[in-house]
Amino acid sequence: MQLTDYIAPLMQGAWVTVQLTLYSTVLGAMLAFASGIGKLSRNRAINAICVAYIELFRGTSLLVQLFWLYFALPLAGSAMGLDLRLPPVLAGVLALSLNIGAYGAEVVRGAITAVHQDQREAARALNFSERQTLWDIVIPQAIPEMMPPFGNLAVQNLKDTALVSLISLGDLTFRAEQIRNYTQDSTTIYSMLLVMYFGMALVLTVMMRGLERYVTRWRRARS
Amino acid sequence: MLFGFEWDLSSPAAYAASILPILLIGMWVTIQATVIGFIVALVLGLVWAVLKAAPFRIIAWPATVMTEFIRDTPLLVQLFFLYYVLPEYGIVLPAFMTGTLALGIQYSAYTSEVYRAGIEAVAKYQHEAARALNLTPARTFTHIVVPQAVPRIVPAMGNYLVSIMKDVPVLSVVTVLEMLNVAKIVGDRTFNYLVPLSMVGGLYLVMTLVASAGVRLLDGWLPKQGVPLK
Amino acid sequence: MNDPIIKFDKVIKRFGDLTVLDELDFEVGRGEKVSIIGPSGSGKSTVLRILMTLEGIDGGVVTVNGEPLWHEEGPDGLRPASEAHLHKMRTQLGMVFQQFNLFPHMTVLRNITEAPVKVLGLSKAEAKGRAEELLELVGLADQAQKYPHQLSGGQQQRVGIARALAMRPNVLLFDEPTSALDPELVGEVLNVIGRLAEEHDLTMLLVTHEMRFAREISDRVCFFDQGRIREEGTPEELFTDPKEDRTREFLKAVLD
Repeated sequence: MQLTDYIAPLMQGAWVTVQLTLYSTVLGAMLAFASGIGKLSRNRAINAICVAYIELFRGTSLLVQLFWLYFALPLAGSAMGLDLRLPPVLAGVLALSLNIGAYGAEVVRGAITAVHQDQREAARALNFSERQTLWDIVIPQAIPEMMPPFGNLAVQNLKDTALVSLISLGDLTFRAEQIRNYTQDSTTIYSMLLVMYFGMALVLTVMMRGLERYVTRWRRARS
Repeated sequence: MLFGFEWDLSSPAAYAASILPILLIGMWVTIQATVIGFIVALVLGLVWAVLKAAPFRIIAWPATVMTEFIRDTPLLVQLFFLYYVLPEYGIVLPAFMTGTLALGIQYSAYTSEVYRAGIEAVAKYQHEAARALNLTPARTFTHIVVPQAVPRIVPAMGNYLVSIMKDVPVLSVVTVLEMLNVAKIVGDRTFNYLVPLSMVGGLYLVMTLVASAGVRLLDGWLPKQGVPLK
Repeated sequence: MNDPIIKFDKVIKRFGDLTVLDELDFEVGRGEKVSIIGPSGSGKSTVLRILMTLEGIDGGVVTVNGEPLWHEEGPDGLRPASEAHLHKMRTQLGMVFQQFNLFPHMTVLRNITEAPVKVLGLSKAEAKGRAEELLELVGLADQAQKYPHQLSGGQQQRVGIARALAMRPNVLLFDEPTSALDPELVGEVLNVIGRLAEEHDLTMLLVTHEMRFAREISDRVCFFDQGRIREEGTPEELFTDPKEDRTREFLKAVLD
């Protein structure tokens, strides 16, 4: 097997990793918004659910969550008479997004509470409802503050996708392991693997910076 | 049977009770890996921080690239790299040592930033004052910078301690018998993953809560009167 | 005074142990321009914040246009107001803030049109038309597409005034509208407020440190001290012939 023979399977795996990162980051961001806002809710039930979700997923390990969803959930399902066997892709995306969503929730909550009280008072004086104040006034100002930590979380998520190889999902790390088992050429394979992850992380970072520039464009308007 | 303990599958409760001692043995390994990995991260992170602050670009620049590289690549792949590549160069370490080394290396990239931020925040304002008071650079560092930087550093380092703890299960891939690996083995043998994996989740919650409380306690106990914590 | 639009009846407001309003009685007539002056911490701004429903009250009754503000008629007398009641009452009131409190992520135009569209249900075109008239009034017709941070403090405050007016309130509250401005920018804001006072029958309640301005535009000036009105009267009476020692001391201190 030639070095060039590694390229095709690694690229296949890389494409799976890219998709996993994309799906779980987007789903994770939605979960982060829902639970971060929910944690600020005055509704006791919503508040309790969000706090429980955030604490549970921040307080345990991602790999434990992944294994639980993949190995333990089907048993819990069959005890209730349900078929909860998840295909590896679904278990992987779910575990990654639930995990990153819980960390993102704290970012969302923090950014929302950091918006100055004056802005809420102005909105109240103009008779905006609480919901309008949140979505129209507070969140658009909070989003720029969320962007740098969200960028870090996205890279974290990319790195975390490597763990799905452990439930035999054919991502980049999984493909690399296959090749290594076949060729025993550990040094080359793992060096390539590290460089590929690094490259993807750099691209992701640049993309997140672009997104940050987009959501903060009003701040840069010049007279 | 594992570690000399038999499991009792007569009911979920009996099953849970019978495997608790097995999981606790795994938990002890998890705690050891966490502590050793953390110490490696603290020491290596300081080395990176010093190198990155070096006045010569030829030292500072590679150190910066290296920590970025470590930070942006997965722990799992770094672990594989150490586990399979080091022996090719004649360095054969036990799996546990390789695992804690990987943890320490991964987190050293994060801790180096904490040191840098902590020291920079103090140094900027204090160096001139110290020079005016005619303190030697060494005395400035030990008497002015360190006492002020430590209270800034401790909470962030504490968070990384908890993060390391949550990453220890990755070590299971190189056969380290930490808590998740032990639970997985029990599950493999009994065909019941639900109880052991749920118990690992519960035990993790306990561990992270205790560790976070410990960090807060330490943070509260540290003297920080007059230290401006922005 | 017949038929006051604003009435405070023995209103009490506390922050912890501190009593900010101590059984305050206070009235403003329809179309009247009233200035509130007094030392800081005397509860001046609190009066406005209570009216704008930014602060609740701990006793007494506030009425706006004959209807209780912080209470609703219930089966057995008054009960605390619901959010729906507050929402209804707020339509009569507008506020100009000391720190302007413009929405930084919206253009000047959208700062002014957002509430009319979202809250009053105006069409975008109607709201825009209204906003353009108001920008003309405050002399900023050419700044509609800028963001607040691109404007000077004085311009921002004029946008703040236009934004409040766009909701067509009956009563406009000014909370130290020039205190946050550099001295050279105070004039342009006072000019706009002065013109409003002259040309419109809007009721205006103004907390200010600009004594000369208060004297020029007000029908009545109230001197606040320790949570009560210590003295009130026409600007002439209060500024040239104060009856109370406290008023005299205060005026001497600020006018020198």
